[in-house]
Amino acid sequence: MELITSPYLLKEASVQRVMLKVLLALLPGIAAYVWLFGPAILVHLVLATLTALAAEALMLKVRGRPLGMFLTDLSAVVTAWLIALTFPPLAPWWLTITATLFAIVIAKQLYGGLGQNPFNPAMIAYAISIVSFPALMSQWPGTDGHFSSQLQVIFGLVPRLDSMTSATPLDALKTALMLAGDSHSTTVAGIQANSSAFGMIAGRGWEWIAIAYLLGGLWLIQQRVITWHMPTAFIAGLTIIAAPLWLWHPDTYASPLFHLLSGGAMLGAFFIVTDPVSGATTPRGKLIFAAGIGLMAYLIRVFGGYPDGVAFAVLLFNICVPLIDMYTQPPVFGLKDK
Amino acid sequence: MLQLFKFKGGVKPATNKVQSVTLPIAVAPLPTRLAVPLHQSIGGMPRPIVEVGDKVLKGQKIGEADGWISAAVHAPTSGTVIEIGLYPAAHPSGLTAATVVIEPDGQDRWIDRQPVDYATLEPEAVRELLREAGVVGLGGAVFPTHGKLTASKTVPMEEMVVNGAECEPYITCDDLLMRERAEEVVRGAGIFRDLLRPKKVLIGIEDNKPEAAAAMRAAITALGDAFREFEVVVVPTRYPAGGAKQLIRVLTGKEVPASKRSTDLGVQCFNVATAYTAWRAIAHGEPVISRLVTVTGNVDQPRNYEVLIGTPMDELLRLGQPKADTDGIIMGGPMMGFLVPDQAAPVVKATNCLIAHSPELFPPKPPEMPCIRCGECARACPHELQPFEMYWFSRAKNFGKTQEYAIFDCIECGCCSYVCPSRIPLVQYFRFAKSEIWTREREKEAAEGAKNRFEFKQLREEREKAEKAEKLAKAAAAQAAKKAAEALAAASAPAETAAPASALVAAPAPDATSTPDAVKKATIEAAMERARAQRAAVQPKNIDHLPPAVEKEIAEIDARHTQVFGTADTAPADGEKNN
Repeated sequence: MELITSPYLLKEASVQRVMLKVLLALLPGIAAYVWLFGPAILVHLVLATLTALAAEALMLKVRGRPLGMFLTDLSAVVTAWLIALTFPPLAPWWLTITATLFAIVIAKQLYGGLGQNPFNPAMIAYAISIVSFPALMSQWPGTDGHFSSQLQVIFGLVPRLDSMTSATPLDALKTALMLAGDSHSTTVAGIQANSSAFGMIAGRGWEWIAIAYLLGGLWLIQQRVITWHMPTAFIAGLTIIAAPLWLWHPDTYASPLFHLLSGGAMLGAFFIVTDPVSGATTPRGKLIFAAGIGLMAYLIRVFGGYPDGVAFAVLLFNICVPLIDMYTQPPVFGLKDK
Repeated sequence: MLQLFKFKGGVKPATNKVQSVTLPIAVAPLPTRLAVPLHQSIGGMPRPIVEVGDKVLKGQKIGEADGWISAAVHAPTSGTVIEIGLYPAAHPSGLTAATVVIEPDGQDRWIDRQPVDYATLEPEAVRELLREAGVVGLGGAVFPTHGKLTASKTVPMEEMVVNGAECEPYITCDDLLMRERAEEVVRGAGIFRDLLRPKKVLIGIEDNKPEAAAAMRAAITALGDAFREFEVVVVPTRYPAGGAKQLIRVLTGKEVPASKRSTDLGVQCFNVATAYTAWRAIAHGEPVISRLVTVTGNVDQPRNYEVLIGTPMDELLRLGQPKADTDGIIMGGPMMGFLVPDQAAPVVKATNCLIAHSPELFPPKPPEMPCIRCGECARACPHELQPFEMYWFSRAKNFGKTQEYAIFDCIECGCCSYVCPSRIPLVQYFRFAKSEIWTREREKEAAEGAKNRFEFKQLREEREKAEKAEKLAKAAAAQAAKKAAEALAAASAPAETAAPASALVAAPAPDATSTPDAVKKATIEAAMERARAQRAAVQPKNIDHLPPAVEKEIAEIDARHTQVFGTADTAPADGEKNN
């Protein structure tokens, strides 16, 4: 008989449940996405999901792991969705598939599968894609594209026309500021007023998606899937550097609110930074880890060579996790004043 | 109103207590035979003082406490000793234990019980009485109670905590005890109070037992002014609020680490059932021969029984009428108890509950998934440990690291396993790591002992060799001295004989000179050497071939010494486990 020791009671909980809740929490963001930018994103979600499951199944078979248990844990689906949501909806179909394959096969399964990957697989997928195909990764649709024409672009049936795509708000801002150079005629406010890419605070449409992600994220905290530490620290980390620069020179530096509602900030704060496997685990460690990512994301965005910095910041801090955890071990019951 | 503190972590499983509290306590019928294990407390292994065939009376001592941290065991009823030997034990290992088996004669005749007025006794005598009566912590840890009844010499006793929290699901024996026998519980706690002299006595009861709290309050009021420092405190229901350290934290704000005794922080904790048995022992002269056991789980008639120690578990469970699909017995609660390997194992002092196990009530564990480091376990841990880190290190057999992460502060409450979404049996890994660490320590000690013995043997052999050589040298020197004296006498004789005589002396003993002074010096030196060798040889021999009785006595004295002076303190930190 197999040795079974106490406790004999188990709470209703499973990895599958945790992952399912994460997927559910992404739905408001996806709904806003579809509403504002058309259903093209759904194509990528489907592509990424199917690729992730197929890759996971193949790798589990090769590695001799139980298929049924791991394929249904939904962790691959979460990775797939995060990839699709961070990629431009007009990215070609093969890019999504290749990136997802890379994430599942190399960033996850080759490290040992669920729970073993030191890096966030979705961010690995984003990072290799933007390094390898910077142009494709920067073409975002305008808000007025038709689904059929978007589909044709995704599957390469029509040539990619600049008229169909536009840069992301972050990219547009960065390019405009760079073009302006040292001339003080161009200001952040001026750029935002003159381009159709911008909405009330941040990118047109993007701000609403960001708010939808925020709502989903708050639900995750309420459901105790994630704790408040990481989102709060991420937002604080980003704000703590964005705010002084903006106050000092609002013409050159966009407001903290703009940064928080642009790019991958909200998705990152609640869904990417909070990945338990590759993130810090202690309460203090979580604060340091997420605040560091927020800060680094801003630095890369504003002073680095890429339009968004969340992915690189996450990967950089993934490396630091063992160190952060080691130095932030909380004191044990009864041993607090020592 | 007392300010309550919180402990971190904890979980809220369904309590399942209502099933077994509807009926009052019943006395379990006399079983066909009683198997009383000799080792029923932490500490020394009591020696049997009866023989097969002896007639024993109810309450007669059958096992003598061995050492200070040990407690006597007694015959639960009158009858005949039919066997003394190894018997299935109430232990998860399934190992057997030294047990006295008694066939009851059905008359249930008591020994001559001697109630005492403890107020007239020295504290030391009261502790001795409790030890002789076999009073141990009945919350589950079975630590001999008298060993917890000495206040720290340096820290004044502030609070004494009486644990009626009973936080484990299903168990209700303390609840029923407080409802029905509150006065005796309070009086028993009064004995402890008089020995420890704390400023306050706080009786902690979870808020799901309002009847028990009311009964205890009423008892305190009825007992009047002598119990004015007693207070019943209702604490929020949250497992493991009944862990000694957690209850102390909730009631006093103090955190007792694994490395300290609670008296070092001016606090001590006793289970309500322990207090009750202490009162019965002192005021009625009744040793601990029975206890309340909750029979519940997959049974038709869940209820609390007053059960004689030694009653076979399966016989007791039958009283509750287990349902057809019952496939095992859990002793203790579902969070910290264990499936008994042999259902004929006897009820012991640690048995607070028997739960009939069925696959429906306790579904088999789903397969274990990899850890995703979600940290749920760390949030649930009442000792603020990082269970998933300890899990990684336990798996990797990196036991040094598990100790760095304070694995010995783990009380094995099961909260981490309970919440783990990957269904990892974390506590099982920790038990494994702890026992591996203990085994290694023991092996290390054994190896060191062997090394010491070997070195001592070598030393002795060398010394014996030296002694032998010395003896020979001495004999030679004496011979030479004699010869020298003769030669000296001969010197007064004609001169021509002197030269060959002195040449004769110098040849066999070159180290001894021919003057009388030198002879004297050599003789004295030889005598001193002999005396020193004798001293050295005598000392270790003293403890070499001793009769076993003397050896045992020495071991006992040593044990007492370590206990008193606290070196090699292997006794677990005081404290009753749960409930």
